[in-house]
Amino acid sequence: MSLAILLGAALAVVCVVLVALPFLREPDPASDELDELTPERRQRLALAEERDRALAALKELEADHRAGRINDEDYRASIGPLRREAAEALRALDR
Amino acid sequence: MAELGRAALVVTLGLCLYAVVAGSYAASRRRRRLALSARNALIAAFGSTLVAAAVLAAGFLRSDFSLTYVADHSNRSLSGVYKLSAFWGGQEGSLLLWLLILTGYAALAVWINRNRTRDLVVWVTPVLAGIAVGFSFLLVVVASPFAVQAPPLDGAGLNPSLQNPYMMSHPPFLYLGYVGLAVPFAFAMGALLSGRTDERWIVATRRWTLIAWTALGIGQLLGSHWAYVEVGWGGYYAWDPVENAALMPFLAATAFLHSVMIQEKRGMLKVWNVVLVALAFCLSLFGTFLTRSGVVNSIHSFSQSDIGPWFLAFIVIAVVFSTTLIVWRLPLLRSTTRLESLVSREAVFLYNNLLLVALCLTILWGVAWPILSEAVRGTSVVVGRPYYDFFLRIFGLPLLLLMGVGPLIAWRRASLRGLGRTFLWPFVISLVTGVVLLVLGAGSSIPGLIAYTFSAFVLAAIGLEFVRGTRARRALSSESWPGAFASLIGRNRRRYGGYVVHVAIVLLAIGIAGSSAYDSVVEGKLSPGQSLAVSGYTVTFQKLTERDTPHAAEVRAHVAVSRNGKDLGTMEAGKNSYKIAGPAPQVSSEVGIRTNYLTGEDLFVIPEQVNDDGTVYFRIFVKPLVNLIWLAGLVFLLGSVIALWPDAREQRRLAVRYDEAGSPARGQ
Repeated sequence: MSLAILLGAALAVVCVVLVALPFLREPDPASDELDELTPERRQRLALAEERDRALAALKELEADHRAGRINDEDYRASIGPLRREAAEALRALDR
Repeated sequence: MAELGRAALVVTLGLCLYAVVAGSYAASRRRRRLALSARNALIAAFGSTLVAAAVLAAGFLRSDFSLTYVADHSNRSLSGVYKLSAFWGGQEGSLLLWLLILTGYAALAVWINRNRTRDLVVWVTPVLAGIAVGFSFLLVVVASPFAVQAPPLDGAGLNPSLQNPYMMSHPPFLYLGYVGLAVPFAFAMGALLSGRTDERWIVATRRWTLIAWTALGIGQLLGSHWAYVEVGWGGYYAWDPVENAALMPFLAATAFLHSVMIQEKRGMLKVWNVVLVALAFCLSLFGTFLTRSGVVNSIHSFSQSDIGPWFLAFIVIAVVFSTTLIVWRLPLLRSTTRLESLVSREAVFLYNNLLLVALCLTILWGVAWPILSEAVRGTSVVVGRPYYDFFLRIFGLPLLLLMGVGPLIAWRRASLRGLGRTFLWPFVISLVTGVVLLVLGAGSSIPGLIAYTFSAFVLAAIGLEFVRGTRARRALSSESWPGAFASLIGRNRRRYGGYVVHVAIVLLAIGIAGSSAYDSVVEGKLSPGQSLAVSGYTVTFQKLTERDTPHAAEVRAHVAVSRNGKDLGTMEAGKNSYKIAGPAPQVSSEVGIRTNYLTGEDLFVIPEQVNDDGTVYFRIFVKPLVNLIWLAGLVFLLGSVIALWPDAREQRRLAVRYDEAGSPARGQ
């Protein structure tokens, strides 16, 4: 019984130390603000996602065409808009 | 050591409560150290839960019957391995396993994502902790596994039907699946709470969802196999409410795994995806509620208890919380792109989603209706097999077909001329298959014939995908055929892993259709020397033998089997009467199964009743192709592993994306 209580108390102490660790490590930090995506960085992230999406779609279209899943007619109809999307996303990201 | 177990659970509850309160405050007020402290509390909660679980496991291994739970679910003669599985043989232990897996997943999820998605994780922490509060509260206040008593000389023993190797793995796998859905749910809610509804929550939870989904799928197949070999009624899925409880979140998660690809590829269906994630998680809670509350009559009624109202409140909170958040953040979830054509891969995914959700909600209605009826009208109604079978055919067969259609159609749009060319071979192959099967007599079941024809279409479409992809890869890189094949899969793991999973689903469909639409059954009372004949088999009852073991009194009927005059040897089937405490002896059917590994067919012998006069009432099934169902499990696992395997190229691409965007700084 006493061993169980001792172990229980030790567990509680270890947990409290772990929880308090950020405050023990930095009792007086220069900044306690959470780092956050600014609106500009969020915009860049959205553009980067857009660019990756367009490039992935282009890559997939090429692969589908090479493999014969898409015929020449469908390929020609799709490749133009996809290239434009990718170029727009890249331009926006470069600005 | 019960005090240590209790103390550890109280510590877990305290840590999780702290993580909810401090984590929410830190996230809303942008307090860095407090957010880290809340995260540490969640990680520490896993440690303290692990201590509680270790205490209970030790109690079982040491046969410490001063713990009421241990005494109720084991005895001294139980073998070590079943003593360990007795951990989840009852209510309290199952809840502790839930909490252990949840805190383990939570600790891992917040640790792995501590850098890249930190602005999300600060909100994910209190959501995960909130779920853990619910379970730890139940374990501390309502259903403690550490209740003590004056130790009896021996325990009551474990339910005999749970003394099976499949029961060692079926519940943990199901729980890995149920609980795993908490992670994508928490990230989705974290994204909504933080207002960061970009793709990061999807990228962060892709693997978690796949792991949970795989575990749910494997868990259900293990449970089906357990039912098949252990319960002894001749089937593997009875549309039991608790079986359905695992199927529903699996279907919702399947829909999510498909629709999330549309968001990744096209930036569409953002609202739908968070709704599906919330639905899958709430259904996993509902599944646990059904299993644990005893609110429905089920084969799983060994786990009845009084935690129902608590769990119901928990589900209501989860539904209200997620619905409120989704409605609140609707403006952030608007799609920037639209569906360009109804003949495109995203459109096929959409149809697949509608069918999956329709099937899921139909099953939910079938499960909920008897409960609602009893609660409102006071009369119990039964929603039986015909209801579920009907909707499985209505929604399941088109779903099967779509698995073949999807890979053949391009994203965005496809012309009818192009489709004609890509569909030609799969169509011809499925047509020929259908005609051949019709000639062979498969027309006795129209749904079965349709299932086989569609299966041929899907297999042909997938085979064609692999062939075309390998050929294109080979033309591009001049690799050998095996090299090009391996490279094709290695470079597109999610896609081709997904196709392998589709092959597993086709095998499952063929196995289910074969064993349910084309099975044969015969039954009758036999004296020694008498025979029953079914589907070319002749089963001759030879003799009865009895054996007394430390655990059970066993009686076995020995039968000789022949097919079309050829001797196939003998089989045994019988009954076990277990020596465990209780008002009546627990009796299990020990079925006899003879598998033909070449055709996948089983001869399944059930001794329904062993009579005092030496006669036995037998029920004998012949189940064609049933073993494809279990083979499907292995293929399913293989496909999931391929899809889950880390992709260094994708990691690099994501790293570039986040570095360019300047995601929150690292190292905190």
